[in-house]
Amino acid sequence: MGELKLMKGNEVIAEAAIRYGCDGYFGYPITPQSEVMETLMLQKPWETTGMVVVQAESEVASINMLYGGASCGKRVFTSSSSPGISLMLEGISYLAGAELPCLIVNVVRGGPGLGTIQPSQADYNQATKGGGHGDYQTIVLAPASVQEMNDHVGLGFDLAFKYRIPSLILTDGVIGQMMEKVVVEDQKPRWTDEEIKEKYGDWATTGKQKNRKGNIITSLALESEVMEKHNIHLQKKYREIEENEVLFEEFQTEDAEYLFVAYGSSARVCQKAIEIARAKGIKVGLLRPILVWPYPKKRVSELADQVKGMLSVEMSAGQMVIDVKLAVNGRIPVEHFGRFGGIIPSPAEVVEALEQKIIGGK
Amino acid sequence: MTEEIIIAGFGGQGVLSMGKILAYSGVMQNQEVSWMPSYGPEMRGGTANVTVIVSDNRISSPIINEYDTAIILNQQSLDKFEDDVKPGGILLFDPNGITRPPKRKDIKVYTIEGAEEASKMGNPKTFNMIVLGAYLKLKPIIKTENVQKGLEKSLPERHHKLIPMNLEAIKVGMEKVSEF
Repeated sequence: MGELKLMKGNEVIAEAAIRYGCDGYFGYPITPQSEVMETLMLQKPWETTGMVVVQAESEVASINMLYGGASCGKRVFTSSSSPGISLMLEGISYLAGAELPCLIVNVVRGGPGLGTIQPSQADYNQATKGGGHGDYQTIVLAPASVQEMNDHVGLGFDLAFKYRIPSLILTDGVIGQMMEKVVVEDQKPRWTDEEIKEKYGDWATTGKQKNRKGNIITSLALESEVMEKHNIHLQKKYREIEENEVLFEEFQTEDAEYLFVAYGSSARVCQKAIEIARAKGIKVGLLRPILVWPYPKKRVSELADQVKGMLSVEMSAGQMVIDVKLAVNGRIPVEHFGRFGGIIPSPAEVVEALEQKIIGGK
Repeated sequence: MTEEIIIAGFGGQGVLSMGKILAYSGVMQNQEVSWMPSYGPEMRGGTANVTVIVSDNRISSPIINEYDTAIILNQQSLDKFEDDVKPGGILLFDPNGITRPPKRKDIKVYTIEGAEEASKMGNPKTFNMIVLGAYLKLKPIIKTENVQKGLEKSLPERHHKLIPMNLEAIKVGMEKVSEF
């Protein structure tokens, strides 16, 4: 079923959240993602599904409202862009520590600092290596199309509740601002407290029942032994996610002698680069992580036995390339190509980089 | 069929909405489309451009570095995008305000007096539809009935009364486009 639409990636995030049966959104405007809240305000879901939409006074307030909503077992989300996400990191660490499911959307812009409003992928390390303080991970989804912007809202929430972990959608202004065809799902009802309990256990603070102890949501444990035990539990959960939830897509890898590794908008540019390179007789394919945490290390490692070199293409100074290098472990050359500060590499530039850094450099 | 187009001009000329109507029209005839705007601190009088791709197949990248067709509506955009037209491709421009016309000989160059024709029609807002008409004459990738459906889909209902005028403007553009 569903409905075919032509929409911007940012608009779809809002539309998909309403249709998924999301309970609340708390956010603060920032370019290039302001269409998320604009769309929610236009749709007025509080009049239809009962979903709450709040423009908070700051990003710090938004993320703490998210903590409150998530503590009650509600499906809540926020969105922002790089500087705004930096402000939220304390809250994200608390959410991870307290094991609260929620969805955070980062439509990345060029940095550091206030930077630029143009697209970038320079928040990869922040997203995939924790970001805030303490040993923690969040699930990180990296949509490469407007359709995936839609799909990742549902997938992000599903994984967040399955593992009691924050999910983060890592995207940028290319995917956020462009319009493509998208099939949005039919409206689903919001869950009741009972349904959440049935599906995901009785952990939320929905009011103390006579027949059980009160549920407590906290990231604080002053006794080191307790805190170590909690950390061991978190790490076990992260290993389980790494085992079960890896998701990637391959393009023309069957006969590939070289490989692009790229996610999100860069993966789209690489697909065009493949067309150009193959027309010149260069057998190159693409591995596109759909989730960038957990990372498809096993598959990268397998492909290292097949290809002669890999080029990690990112709109950053080289962040994901470190994960590629770890998986390859020195067996074949791995290089990085990227533009940064808001510049999107052209497909022709990517082919040139492959020829110079990998094919010429062997 | 894959058609990769850049539309570039001043903000306020209807560049983005022309692209949007083209994209919607492509959807109406079951094609794959992408619409990628330049976004940022652009405003009326600043420059604006949009890359539109209409294809029978899955679209690889919405970001491209050369175009089958460039629709150019001011001098800055001509300076910026003339070199990016594929050899054998099309450059369509409105000569109004152009002091350094295109020089390339390996592409096909056409003009449309969009601003002039729009003022003749008595409504400067028809400008972008006249230019769209000129383009569709050169590259009939979209059937007129699908453009009408695209207009219906992309315009809010309260503006549907403007559709006949828009279709008339497209017709004017188709008639008035000429070789440079």
